[in-house]
Amino acid sequence: MADADETSKQAERNTNVGDGIAVKKQDIARAKNEGKELTKDEKQRLRKEKKQQKKNKKDDKGESEHENVPLPPSQAVVQCQSQKAPSVAPSLALTPVSVCTSEKPAKSKAEQRAERRARQEADRAAKGKKGESAQQPPSGKSKAPPNELQPVVKRLPEHVQVDDPAAVRKLAKKLERQQIPVRSEYGYKVSLFSHLHQYSRKAPLTQQISIPSTVIHPYIVRLGLQYSQGIVAGSNARSIALLHAFQKVIQDYKTPPNEELSRDLVNKLKPYISYLNQCRPLSASMGNAIKYVKKEISNIPCLCKEEEAKKQLLSCIDNYIKEKITLAATTISAYAIEKISNGDVILVYGCSSLVNHILCDAFDKKRKFSVIVVDSRPRLEGREALRRLVKKGICCTYVLISAVSYILPEVSKVFLGAHALLANGYVMSRVGTSQIALVAKAYNVPVLVCCETYKFCERVQTDSFVSNELGNQYT
Amino acid sequence: MVFLILYSTLAMIDVHSFKRTMPVTDKEVALSERIEAFLAELKRGGSGAGTLRGSGETARETTALLRRITGQAQWSSAGDLMEIIRKEGRRMMATQPSETTVGNMVRRVLKIIREEYARLRGSSEVTDQQESLHQLLTSGGLSEENFGQHFKDLRANVIEAINELLTELEATTDHIAMQALEHIHSNEVIMTIGRSRTVEAFLKDAALKRKFHVIVAECAPFCQGHEMATSLSEAGIETTVIADAAIFAVMSRVNKVIIGTQTVLANGGLRAVNGTHTLALAARHHSTPLIVCAPMFKLSPQFHNEEDTFHKFVSPHEVLPFTEGEILSKVNVYCPVFDYVPPELITLFISNIGGNAPSYTYRLMSELYHPEDHEL
Repeated sequence: MADADETSKQAERNTNVGDGIAVKKQDIARAKNEGKELTKDEKQRLRKEKKQQKKNKKDDKGESEHENVPLPPSQAVVQCQSQKAPSVAPSLALTPVSVCTSEKPAKSKAEQRAERRARQEADRAAKGKKGESAQQPPSGKSKAPPNELQPVVKRLPEHVQVDDPAAVRKLAKKLERQQIPVRSEYGYKVSLFSHLHQYSRKAPLTQQISIPSTVIHPYIVRLGLQYSQGIVAGSNARSIALLHAFQKVIQDYKTPPNEELSRDLVNKLKPYISYLNQCRPLSASMGNAIKYVKKEISNIPCLCKEEEAKKQLLSCIDNYIKEKITLAATTISAYAIEKISNGDVILVYGCSSLVNHILCDAFDKKRKFSVIVVDSRPRLEGREALRRLVKKGICCTYVLISAVSYILPEVSKVFLGAHALLANGYVMSRVGTSQIALVAKAYNVPVLVCCETYKFCERVQTDSFVSNELGNQYT
Repeated sequence: MVFLILYSTLAMIDVHSFKRTMPVTDKEVALSERIEAFLAELKRGGSGAGTLRGSGETARETTALLRRITGQAQWSSAGDLMEIIRKEGRRMMATQPSETTVGNMVRRVLKIIREEYARLRGSSEVTDQQESLHQLLTSGGLSEENFGQHFKDLRANVIEAINELLTELEATTDHIAMQALEHIHSNEVIMTIGRSRTVEAFLKDAALKRKFHVIVAECAPFCQGHEMATSLSEAGIETTVIADAAIFAVMSRVNKVIIGTQTVLANGGLRAVNGTHTLALAARHHSTPLIVCAPMFKLSPQFHNEEDTFHKFVSPHEVLPFTEGEILSKVNVYCPVFDYVPPELITLFISNIGGNAPSYTYRLMSELYHPEDHEL
């Protein structure tokens, strides 16, 4: 009874929300009745409506999942909602929804599913009223457009939407749900970068995690700390550390009863990934590695025993590291050594593990060359590269990036490493790399970029502002 | 007369050598002491680190010293005076070759002497400079002036002219800053590098009337950009400091680049603090105008391909400190101070006499210096 009441109220609410855009619906209805195809505008409006309803459902679910408040009768609440809804003006069609989510108590899952089903039926009924002839396309559209549009909407990453309070709130909610501490932002922000996170460096993220941590695996906690303090830095190093940590997680994992390993393990990994993202934003290589691991996990057949599945996963990860990182480095090095001739003066910037590997290999193959290491404040990563090369016995020079136009006339080649390779062919790398390339072009010096394929990424970007990571301003 | 000339040359030789047998007069002693003190300061102040004297101060002190030499040294004709000043000038330039303002002031004073001499002699000489090729051909080679004639008023006139030069020097920064509002509009993002007193005054003057944002590149390893940024923000300008590596990354948001320089070369190029060439290339790539605020006393008749005098290096301790230990002995470390910026990367020069294109530099030089003084 209560359910029936609820569903009817929900249907009423939907139509009230629908009333807000009733005018447009009438147009659409008219067009459908006349047998014409819906125009693009009308189709878009339909899709927007669908999305709105989906968002309502998601918000409901999000609120109810972490409620500790005891269940008052939901009926009364629903009644007051329906009383409010008609008085709301059409342009504020959203407010009944927000009022609903702030006041509403927890609903059980069964109730929610019932609601959802009822809503869908109500929608279909409403559609049916408008005309049977045009029913096929709308119902087809009602299923297809959300899937079509969702990738476009989801693709806008949250780390470039910091100036949008809705996106920030969404992220905070998600982290709260996964029980991961949120990183605090710095008080005074640089206006040029107001769309990016500017984190306060006062307290590390892990201070708010209790010991022993039950939600996050201790290996992951350690890894996150290593990332945020800069102990593990560099694209390859971070990916390898991440994959090793995942191996440990998989080893310690035990499938809970009534759950499948392939689905549950992926869900277990999600909060870890959010936590690592909070410690330090994920790199493109890490993103690709995570995608691979998730794919492997979900491809595990359901009849597989837990021990076998774990062994398979561990060996998959080992293969990935071996193929995509270690062997790739060897292959790239073999190609690159052909480009190094005797008497070359090679310029490198910062510390790229791949470029160091290439130079060490070339030195082992008895090529005669000298290296100029260019470094920049404040991280001064070039000193690490300098130490490694000098230890090998290569003849090195060291300058800061402001002296690069002085030293470039002596250089014959420039070797650069990459953090990611974007879909439009642009290279994303440590700040200052573009400067080196620019000055090298002015002096007609060839620039070679070395990058493994697992760092390829589908994003596109044209300047350094739209998406970036801000470092510590106090060094 | 002859005795006097001998006497004065003796005194000059005294000044030049450290083994002084007997100070001739108190004035001579005082003068020579002043010169030695100035040379010592020049040598010390050019180490790159520590308190860098602004070129304006150096120019003023050089001119004051030259005025003193004109007033107190023993000379009878313009030629003598010019010889004295050339000798002193060469000594001063040898002490600190990178400090070009010293040489520039010496050349200005030489030109003043020539002009005053010509005026006293007869005004026809004033216009008879190096203007036309025809005149050079018909007059039979270089002019055979020997400046031997003695004029009573020459000393006073020259000193007065040098005083005018000093007044001009004191007012250069203000004249440049007065032009600020013509070039900066509101809500602009301006980029600069390192520390330049001229640019500081320029931006502060504009900030009195307009609101804009300044990005300062810190210019490692001495990081003078930090001082510049604090000074600008004290004047109420919104300032951001960036590392040198981020110059190109940030350039897409910048509307104008305004820099100072150490020297303006004869072809319109610059000898500026290191990192400026990168800044200029990034500005050209993004088609951002590059404006150089340089007073006229920085204009030097040198060209940049004088290899041994162009670059100056300081201790690489700032680049790779001694704490790095073992690898230090196996590594070459460089710390150059200056960069060459070719004239095609520069949009505009703003000086105390107004704005100029880099291609106009040759003309300004011919007004300031006599061609025979280019090589002292």
